[in-house]
Amino acid sequence: MNPAPVVGGVIPTREHSPGTVQLMLYNAVLWNGHRIHFDLPYTTDVEGYPGLVLAGPMLGDWLHQVVDEWLGDAGSITGVSYSNRGATYVGETLLVGGEISAFDAATGELELDVYIKNQAGDVVVPGTISARLTATADS
Amino acid sequence: MSGLLSEDLLTAIGRVAEPKRELVTRRDIRKYAVATGSQQRKYLDGDVAPPMFHVPLFWDVVELSELTPDGVSIDTLLPIFPLNRAMAGGLDIDYVKPIYPGDWLTATRTLTNIYEKSGRSGPLIFYEVVMDVRNDEGELVIREKTTRILR
Repeated sequence: MNPAPVVGGVIPTREHSPGTVQLMLYNAVLWNGHRIHFDLPYTTDVEGYPGLVLAGPMLGDWLHQVVDEWLGDAGSITGVSYSNRGATYVGETLLVGGEISAFDAATGELELDVYIKNQAGDVVVPGTISARLTATADS
Repeated sequence: MSGLLSEDLLTAIGRVAEPKRELVTRRDIRKYAVATGSQQRKYLDGDVAPPMFHVPLFWDVVELSELTPDGVSIDTLLPIFPLNRAMAGGLDIDYVKPIYPGDWLTATRTLTNIYEKSGRSGPLIFYEVVMDVRNDEGELVIREKTTRILR
Protein backbone atom coordinates (compact mmCIF):
# COMPACT_ATOMS: atom_id res chain seq x y z
CA MET A 1 0.00 0.00 0.00
CA ASN A 2 1.63 3.19 -1.18
CA PRO A 3 1.20 5.89 0.00
CA ALA A 4 0.42 4.90 3.61
CA PRO A 5 -3.01 6.13 4.76
CA VAL A 6 -3.19 9.78 5.76
CA VAL A 7 -6.43 11.74 5.81
CA GLY A 8 -6.46 13.92 2.71
CA GLY A 9 -4.04 11.63 0.89
CA VAL A 10 -4.94 10.59 -2.64
CA ILE A 11 -4.55 7.07 -3.98
CA PRO A 12 -3.18 6.23 -7.45
CA THR A 13 -5.75 6.81 -10.18
CA ARG A 14 -6.62 4.41 -12.99
CA GLU A 15 -8.04 5.05 -16.46
CA HIS A 16 -10.54 2.82 -18.23
CA SER A 17 -11.31 2.99 -21.96
CA PRO A 18 -13.75 0.11 -22.38
CA GLY A 19 -14.52 -1.08 -25.90
CA THR A 20 -17.48 -2.93 -27.35
CA VAL A 21 -15.92 -6.32 -26.61
CA GLN A 22 -15.42 -5.62 -22.91
CA LEU A 23 -18.94 -4.21 -22.60
CA MET A 24 -20.39 -7.27 -24.33
CA LEU A 25 -18.43 -9.66 -22.11
CA TYR A 26 -19.51 -7.80 -18.98
CA ASN A 27 -23.19 -7.96 -19.89
CA ALA A 28 -22.84 -11.59 -20.94
CA VAL A 29 -21.39 -12.38 -17.50
CA LEU A 30 -24.40 -10.65 -15.91
CA TRP A 31 -26.88 -12.27 -18.34
CA ASN A 32 -28.07 -8.76 -19.16
CA GLY A 33 -29.81 -8.51 -22.54
CA HIS A 34 -30.53 -4.77 -22.44
CA ARG A 35 -30.00 -3.63 -26.04
CA ILE A 36 -28.50 -0.22 -25.14
CA HIS A 37 -25.29 -2.11 -24.29
CA PHE A 38 -24.71 -3.93 -27.62
CA ASP A 39 -27.17 -2.87 -30.32
CA LEU A 40 -25.82 0.43 -31.67
CA PRO A 41 -28.58 1.28 -34.23
CA TYR A 42 -31.25 0.63 -31.58
CA THR A 43 -29.34 2.64 -28.97
CA THR A 44 -28.86 5.72 -31.16
CA ASP A 45 -32.00 5.64 -33.36
CA VAL A 46 -34.63 4.43 -30.87
CA GLU A 47 -33.26 5.41 -27.46
CA GLY A 48 -31.47 8.55 -28.65
CA TYR A 49 -28.14 7.94 -26.92
CA PRO A 50 -24.91 9.08 -28.63
CA GLY A 51 -23.35 5.61 -28.33
CA LEU A 52 -23.42 2.24 -26.59
CA VAL A 53 -24.09 2.85 -22.89
CA LEU A 54 -21.64 1.49 -20.33
CA ALA A 55 -23.29 -0.73 -17.72
CA GLY A 56 -23.75 1.08 -14.39
CA PRO A 57 -22.50 -1.73 -12.11
CA MET A 58 -19.33 -2.11 -14.21
CA LEU A 59 -18.43 1.44 -13.17
CA GLY A 60 -19.31 0.54 -9.60
CA ASP A 61 -16.82 -2.32 -9.86
CA TRP A 62 -14.08 0.09 -10.97
CA LEU A 63 -14.53 2.14 -7.79
CA HIS A 64 -13.74 -1.04 -5.85
CA GLN A 65 -10.77 -1.89 -8.08
CA VAL A 66 -8.96 1.40 -7.61
CA VAL A 67 -9.14 1.03 -3.81
CA ASP A 68 -8.51 -2.74 -3.81
CA GLU A 69 -5.38 -2.31 -5.97
CA TRP A 70 -4.07 0.37 -3.62
CA LEU A 71 -4.79 -1.77 -0.52
CA GLY A 72 -3.12 -4.86 -1.99
CA ASP A 73 -2.63 -7.43 0.77
CA ALA A 74 -2.69 -4.74 3.49
CA GLY A 75 -6.48 -4.73 3.89
CA SER A 76 -9.87 -5.31 2.36
CA ILE A 77 -13.01 -3.41 1.41
CA THR A 78 -15.85 -3.63 3.95
CA GLY A 79 -18.46 -1.46 2.30
CA VAL A 80 -19.39 0.85 -0.56
CA SER A 81 -21.98 3.47 -1.33
CA TYR A 82 -22.21 4.99 -4.80
CA SER A 83 -24.64 6.35 -7.35
CA ASN A 84 -24.64 6.44 -11.14
CA ARG A 85 -25.35 10.10 -11.99
CA GLY A 86 -25.05 10.18 -15.74
CA ALA A 87 -24.66 7.86 -18.69
CA THR A 88 -21.20 7.04 -20.06
CA TYR A 89 -20.39 5.56 -23.45
CA VAL A 90 -18.05 3.29 -25.38
CA GLY A 91 -15.25 5.52 -26.69
CA GLU A 92 -14.91 7.56 -23.51
CA THR A 93 -11.87 7.41 -21.27
CA LEU A 94 -12.90 7.44 -17.63
CA LEU A 95 -10.69 8.34 -14.69
CA VAL A 96 -11.14 6.56 -11.36
CA GLY A 97 -9.59 7.84 -8.15
CA GLY A 98 -10.05 8.49 -4.47
CA GLU A 99 -9.01 10.42 -1.40
CA ILE A 100 -8.76 9.18 2.18
CA SER A 101 -11.42 10.93 4.26
CA ALA A 102 -10.99 9.09 7.57
CA PHE A 103 -8.43 6.77 9.12
CA ASP A 104 -8.40 5.24 12.59
CA ALA A 105 -4.92 3.85 13.22
CA ALA A 106 -6.13 1.97 16.31
CA THR A 107 -8.75 -0.10 14.48
CA GLY A 108 -7.28 0.09 10.98
CA GLU A 109 -10.59 1.38 9.65
CA LEU A 110 -10.43 3.65 6.62
CA GLU A 111 -12.89 5.65 4.58
CA LEU A 112 -12.29 7.04 1.12
CA ASP A 113 -14.22 9.42 -1.11
CA VAL A 114 -14.06 7.86 -4.57
CA TYR A 115 -15.11 9.08 -8.00
CA ILE A 116 -15.30 8.34 -11.70
CA LYS A 117 -14.86 11.35 -13.99
CA ASN A 118 -15.59 11.53 -17.70
CA GLN A 119 -13.32 13.29 -20.17
CA ALA A 120 -15.08 16.61 -19.54
CA GLY A 121 -14.07 16.29 -15.88
CA ASP A 122 -17.62 15.75 -14.61
CA VAL A 123 -18.02 13.29 -11.75
CA VAL A 124 -20.38 10.68 -13.21
CA VAL A 125 -20.11 8.20 -10.31
CA PRO A 126 -19.48 9.60 -6.80
CA GLY A 127 -19.13 7.26 -3.87
CA THR A 128 -17.51 6.30 -0.60
CA ILE A 129 -15.68 3.09 0.22
CA SER A 130 -14.85 1.78 3.68
CA ALA A 131 -12.00 -0.62 4.28
CA ARG A 132 -10.12 -2.24 7.12
CA LEU A 133 -6.39 -2.85 7.31
CA THR A 134 -5.46 -6.36 8.39
CA ALA A 135 -3.96 -6.61 11.86
CA THR A 136 -0.60 -7.86 10.62
CA ALA A 137 -0.08 -5.05 8.11
CA ASP A 138 2.60 -2.57 9.09
CA SER A 139 2.68 0.97 7.85
CA MET B 1 -47.20 13.46 -0.49
CA SER B 2 -48.94 14.60 -3.62
CA GLY B 3 -50.73 11.29 -3.66
CA LEU B 4 -48.93 9.51 -6.49
CA LEU B 5 -48.54 6.49 -4.26
CA SER B 6 -51.84 4.78 -3.50
CA GLU B 7 -52.44 2.87 -0.27
CA ASP B 8 -52.66 -0.25 -2.40
CA LEU B 9 -49.26 0.37 -3.97
CA LEU B 10 -47.67 1.02 -0.57
CA THR B 11 -48.83 -2.39 0.66
CA ALA B 12 -46.08 -3.81 -1.59
CA ILE B 13 -43.52 -2.61 1.00
CA GLY B 14 -42.23 -5.67 2.80
CA ARG B 15 -42.79 -7.98 -0.14
CA VAL B 16 -40.09 -10.71 -0.30
CA ALA B 17 -38.96 -12.47 -3.49
CA GLU B 18 -38.43 -16.23 -3.65
CA PRO B 19 -34.88 -16.87 -2.32
CA LYS B 20 -32.32 -17.94 -4.93
CA ARG B 21 -29.52 -20.39 -4.08
CA GLU B 22 -26.50 -20.41 -6.41
CA LEU B 23 -23.09 -22.11 -6.61
CA VAL B 24 -19.93 -19.99 -6.88
CA THR B 25 -17.53 -21.44 -9.47
CA ARG B 26 -13.93 -20.57 -10.30
CA ARG B 27 -14.90 -20.21 -13.97
CA ASP B 28 -17.59 -17.62 -13.21
CA ILE B 29 -15.20 -15.63 -11.00
CA ARG B 30 -12.57 -15.68 -13.77
CA LYS B 31 -15.06 -14.48 -16.40
CA TYR B 32 -16.22 -11.67 -14.13
CA ALA B 33 -12.64 -10.60 -13.37
CA VAL B 34 -11.71 -10.54 -17.06
CA ALA B 35 -14.85 -8.65 -18.08
CA THR B 36 -14.34 -5.95 -15.44
CA GLY B 37 -10.69 -5.41 -16.42
CA SER B 38 -9.31 -6.71 -13.13
CA GLN B 39 -5.52 -6.59 -12.81
CA GLN B 40 -5.32 -8.85 -9.76
CA ARG B 41 -4.13 -12.45 -10.14
CA LYS B 42 -6.23 -13.85 -7.27
CA TYR B 43 -9.41 -12.74 -9.08
CA LEU B 44 -8.24 -13.55 -12.62
CA ASP B 45 -7.34 -17.07 -11.42
CA GLY B 46 -10.65 -17.38 -9.56
CA ASP B 47 -9.07 -18.12 -6.16
CA VAL B 48 -11.44 -15.69 -4.43
CA ALA B 49 -14.32 -13.56 -5.69
CA PRO B 50 -13.79 -9.80 -6.11
CA PRO B 51 -16.26 -7.35 -4.51
CA MET B 52 -19.52 -7.12 -6.49
CA PHE B 53 -19.27 -10.70 -7.75
CA HIS B 54 -22.67 -11.26 -6.14
CA VAL B 55 -24.17 -8.96 -8.82
CA PRO B 56 -23.73 -11.44 -11.71
CA LEU B 57 -24.27 -14.42 -9.39
CA PHE B 58 -27.80 -13.30 -8.61
CA TRP B 59 -28.80 -11.44 -11.80
CA ASP B 60 -32.14 -12.90 -12.84
CA VAL B 61 -31.97 -15.68 -15.44
CA VAL B 62 -35.25 -15.43 -17.34
CA GLU B 63 -36.44 -17.05 -20.55
CA LEU B 64 -36.42 -15.15 -23.84
CA SER B 65 -40.21 -14.85 -23.84
CA GLU B 66 -40.05 -12.98 -20.51
CA LEU B 67 -37.76 -10.23 -21.82
CA THR B 68 -39.20 -6.92 -23.01
CA PRO B 69 -38.46 -5.87 -26.64
CA ASP B 70 -35.52 -3.79 -25.38
CA GLY B 71 -34.04 -6.87 -23.74
CA VAL B 72 -34.86 -6.10 -20.11
CA SER B 73 -36.20 -8.60 -17.59
CA ILE B 74 -39.12 -7.39 -15.50
CA ASP B 75 -38.56 -7.40 -11.75
CA THR B 76 -41.64 -9.15 -10.39
CA LEU B 77 -40.83 -8.00 -6.84
CA LEU B 78 -41.93 -4.48 -7.81
CA PRO B 79 -45.48 -3.16 -8.13
CA ILE B 80 -46.57 -1.18 -11.20
CA PHE B 81 -45.46 2.40 -10.50
CA PRO B 82 -47.29 5.47 -11.86
CA LEU B 83 -43.91 6.81 -13.09
CA ASN B 84 -41.70 4.61 -15.21
CA ARG B 85 -38.71 6.56 -16.49
CA ALA B 86 -35.69 5.33 -14.50
CA MET B 87 -33.20 7.92 -13.31
CA ALA B 88 -29.89 7.38 -11.58
CA GLY B 89 -29.80 4.75 -8.93
CA GLY B 90 -27.45 3.94 -6.12
CA LEU B 91 -26.02 0.97 -4.28
CA ASP B 92 -24.97 0.53 -0.64
CA ILE B 93 -23.16 -2.71 0.07
CA ASP B 94 -21.75 -4.22 3.28
CA TYR B 95 -19.13 -6.92 2.70
CA VAL B 96 -19.16 -9.23 5.72
CA LYS B 97 -17.43 -12.44 4.55
CA PRO B 98 -15.24 -13.36 1.56
CA ILE B 99 -16.62 -15.57 -1.24
CA TYR B 100 -14.72 -18.59 -2.58
CA PRO B 101 -15.28 -21.11 -5.38
CA GLY B 102 -17.48 -23.95 -4.11
CA ASP B 103 -19.56 -21.70 -1.84
CA TRP B 104 -23.33 -22.10 -2.05
CA LEU B 105 -25.00 -18.75 -1.42
CA THR B 106 -28.64 -17.81 -1.02
CA ALA B 107 -29.97 -14.35 -1.84
CA THR B 108 -33.23 -13.01 -0.45
CA ARG B 109 -34.57 -9.73 -1.84
CA THR B 110 -37.04 -7.56 0.07
CA LEU B 111 -38.80 -4.43 -1.16
CA THR B 112 -38.10 -2.32 1.93
CA ASN B 113 -39.36 1.15 1.03
CA ILE B 114 -41.34 3.22 -1.47
CA TYR B 115 -41.58 7.00 -1.08
CA GLU B 116 -42.17 10.16 -3.03
CA LYS B 117 -40.26 13.45 -3.22
CA SER B 118 -40.72 16.52 -5.36
CA GLY B 119 -37.89 17.10 -7.81
CA ARG B 120 -37.09 20.22 -9.84
CA SER B 121 -39.09 18.94 -12.80
CA GLY B 122 -41.90 17.19 -10.96
CA PRO B 123 -42.55 14.32 -8.58
CA LEU B 124 -40.07 11.51 -8.11
CA ILE B 125 -40.69 8.03 -6.78
CA PHE B 126 -37.93 6.30 -4.83
CA TYR B 127 -37.86 2.63 -3.96
CA GLU B 128 -35.38 0.50 -2.05
CA VAL B 129 -34.65 -3.20 -2.36
CA VAL B 130 -32.42 -4.97 0.19
CA MET B 131 -30.72 -8.19 -0.82
CA ASP B 132 -29.23 -10.38 1.92
CA VAL B 133 -26.75 -13.00 0.80
CA ARG B 134 -26.17 -15.84 3.27
CA ASN B 135 -24.08 -19.01 3.22
CA ASP B 136 -25.46 -22.47 3.99
CA GLU B 137 -24.66 -21.91 7.68
CA GLY B 138 -27.07 -18.99 7.60
CA GLU B 139 -24.32 -16.43 8.15
CA LEU B 140 -24.63 -13.06 6.43
CA VAL B 141 -22.05 -12.71 3.64
CA ILE B 142 -23.24 -9.53 1.90
CA ARG B 143 -26.04 -7.03 2.42
CA GLU B 144 -26.86 -4.80 -0.54
CA LYS B 145 -29.38 -1.98 -0.70
CA THR B 146 -30.40 -0.70 -4.12
CA THR B 147 -32.14 2.68 -4.38
CA ARG B 148 -33.82 3.60 -7.65
CA ILE B 149 -35.48 6.82 -8.71
CA LEU B 150 -38.38 7.04 -11.18
CA ARG B 151 -39.68 10.18 -12.85
